[in-house]
Amino acid sequence: MIHLETDVLVVGAGGAGMYAAIAAARNGADVILADKSLISRGGATIMAQMTTAAALGDEEPDSWEKHYEDTLEAGRGLCNEELSAILCREAIDRIREMDDWKVGWARKDGNITGVMAPGHSVPRCVYVDFLNTGPAVAKCLRTQVARADSVMRVSGLAINDVVVENGAVTGAVGWNLEDETPVTIAANAVIIAAGGLTRLYQRNSASVNMNGDGYAMALRAGADLIDMEFPQFFPIGHLAPRLVGMDPIMWDPFRYKLGGRLFNAEGEEFLHKYGGEDAEKYTTTRDIISYGITKEHEAGLTTENGGVHLSFQHIPEEKLREAFGPVIDKLAANGIDLTKDTVEVAPIAHYHMGGIRVNGQMETSITGLYGAGEVVGGANGANRLSGNAIPEAFVFGERAGRFAAEYARGRNRVWSDAAAQEHLDLLNTLIGRQSDGSGDKAALGEMWFELQNLMWEKVGVLRTGDKLAAALTRIREMRVTLADMVPADDAEFNMTLQDWYDLRSALLTAESVTLAAINRTESRGAHQREDFEEMDPAQVHNQRLRLGDDGEVLSDYLPVAKGVAA
Amino acid sequence: MSAPVTNSEKTAPITIQRGAPGEEPWMETYDVPWRPGMSVLDAIVWVRTHADSSVAFRYSCVSANACKECMVAVNGKTVYACTERLSEDGSEVGPLKNKTLIRDLVTDIVPPKENLRTILAERAKG
Repeated sequence: MIHLETDVLVVGAGGAGMYAAIAAARNGADVILADKSLISRGGATIMAQMTTAAALGDEEPDSWEKHYEDTLEAGRGLCNEELSAILCREAIDRIREMDDWKVGWARKDGNITGVMAPGHSVPRCVYVDFLNTGPAVAKCLRTQVARADSVMRVSGLAINDVVVENGAVTGAVGWNLEDETPVTIAANAVIIAAGGLTRLYQRNSASVNMNGDGYAMALRAGADLIDMEFPQFFPIGHLAPRLVGMDPIMWDPFRYKLGGRLFNAEGEEFLHKYGGEDAEKYTTTRDIISYGITKEHEAGLTTENGGVHLSFQHIPEEKLREAFGPVIDKLAANGIDLTKDTVEVAPIAHYHMGGIRVNGQMETSITGLYGAGEVVGGANGANRLSGNAIPEAFVFGERAGRFAAEYARGRNRVWSDAAAQEHLDLLNTLIGRQSDGSGDKAALGEMWFELQNLMWEKVGVLRTGDKLAAALTRIREMRVTLADMVPADDAEFNMTLQDWYDLRSALLTAESVTLAAINRTESRGAHQREDFEEMDPAQVHNQRLRLGDDGEVLSDYLPVAKGVAA
Repeated sequence: MSAPVTNSEKTAPITIQRGAPGEEPWMETYDVPWRPGMSVLDAIVWVRTHADSSVAFRYSCVSANACKECMVAVNGKTVYACTERLSEDGSEVGPLKNKTLIRDLVTDIVPPKENLRTILAERAKG
């Protein structure tokens, strides 16, 4: 066993986790930054194609208040106003700080330039060309983290559980992937920056490590979640033909820069039927487009692959090249010529609006436990605007790091092996379980496969009470089955032990999403019920989810947090 | 992730090098459902999902070629598994030759300053 000590432990090294580590270090704390993948390579940030929203006002008048109004409007009444205001106000500082760190925001006439994205009232989405926002941001933050002497970066360290004693965080338990060694970490504060849950869905656009770890870790530590019924489905994820080496989200930037048109399998534009705009206008928000495409599918108006056509055929090649340069060559290597071919697109799980319930200091209800980035719920309500996820990672990461450092630095460590024992016992039990070789070698893989299909079919874009209830029953059965499953005996890079822990988190998170979706008997934002098609003014509230004494997820209601602190 | 094999489906063989340091490496071949344009990564993910979940493999971003974690040797050539197409006639996949083997297809590509064992060894030296 390995034992480590630190002031602040950051779980997850994407955009939010790296920003949190930088901020905690510059506020005087010692930090361990741990990721089960590689630092800065896992998580969603590196996948970001383009838009990062901030009301810089350099090119034309803008203000954080306008950005805030747009964010609330998109959130369909459920935004935590304090968190939304923090996001929009501080996005400006973080984008400028990243500019000082030479991330390479695209510029026009010397100014950082922004594009218009659906739901924004002003062109304010900054980016790094071409489709390079995520990699550029990840590299920039990685460099800053490496310069912070008080940050210890550890790749391949999987954190399983936060240790809590007498209502306060004392550290965490995990394991070193390379050799399966259990690791305990005494820490005064833990920041969960483990990202979202998109891997729960069959069609998803995220990294493989986005499997709901953060939500489940928070629940097990005794913290609250909110708004778990609102995973976001990105409407125009790439479907066909097979495209490799590119993020399925890539068509969004094409639409920002070039417009483009959506047609059903009959060659007809269809968004107007669902309250959206057709022609070359890319103004319709994500929830409405996802709903529209799914409805067209139900009506038998989608392609053989189940998608709709996205066309840039009317745009001359030189314009395509001017806007996307090398990307046009990558498409050619995949056999796609946009001047001749349409591509097929369909909704794809992309982001999660819900998450850990925190206050403006990013603190949960457990002393010393913080959240940052996508794993935090509340800022985006029932539907997130494009461009709000990357600033959320920066802004909430910076705040979590700063406030966790203020709390943790100079504080005496409180660590007792006894409080960590149940988590260590579980790990040692799993490592010690020997398979007799007779079982299904892919049992854990097949469980992942079943869960992803179940969530896609029954807890996906269009929901009904019956489907949701069936999903909840099956998820609870799967949790019971998983408890007795046996990882493989390998000591080095044991991916089945990883699968076991990933599934433990994924199933608990799936139960939270499904239960919350059952309880919300209306359609709002990304939560669309076929049996309750209208928005119900009586359901302008947030659901809080907690873990009961018997391990079941419990829910109740909270009024939406209104008012903005100065 | 693609569906399990059905009898009527066309398949392609993928041969994967298995084993940890100190073991004699061995090859295992899996028949995966063939789809036009599929990548070596698609095939490995299919194997982990439906045939043998214990195959050790490092990847994160799933076909976007952003994380750069999925470097392996395919038919002896160093490639990213996510952008390399699976050959219809079969592809042989092994770990990178110039890196320390951890197990199966996983090699030590973690920078030394981010590797827990190396960090602790440095600390012990003072």
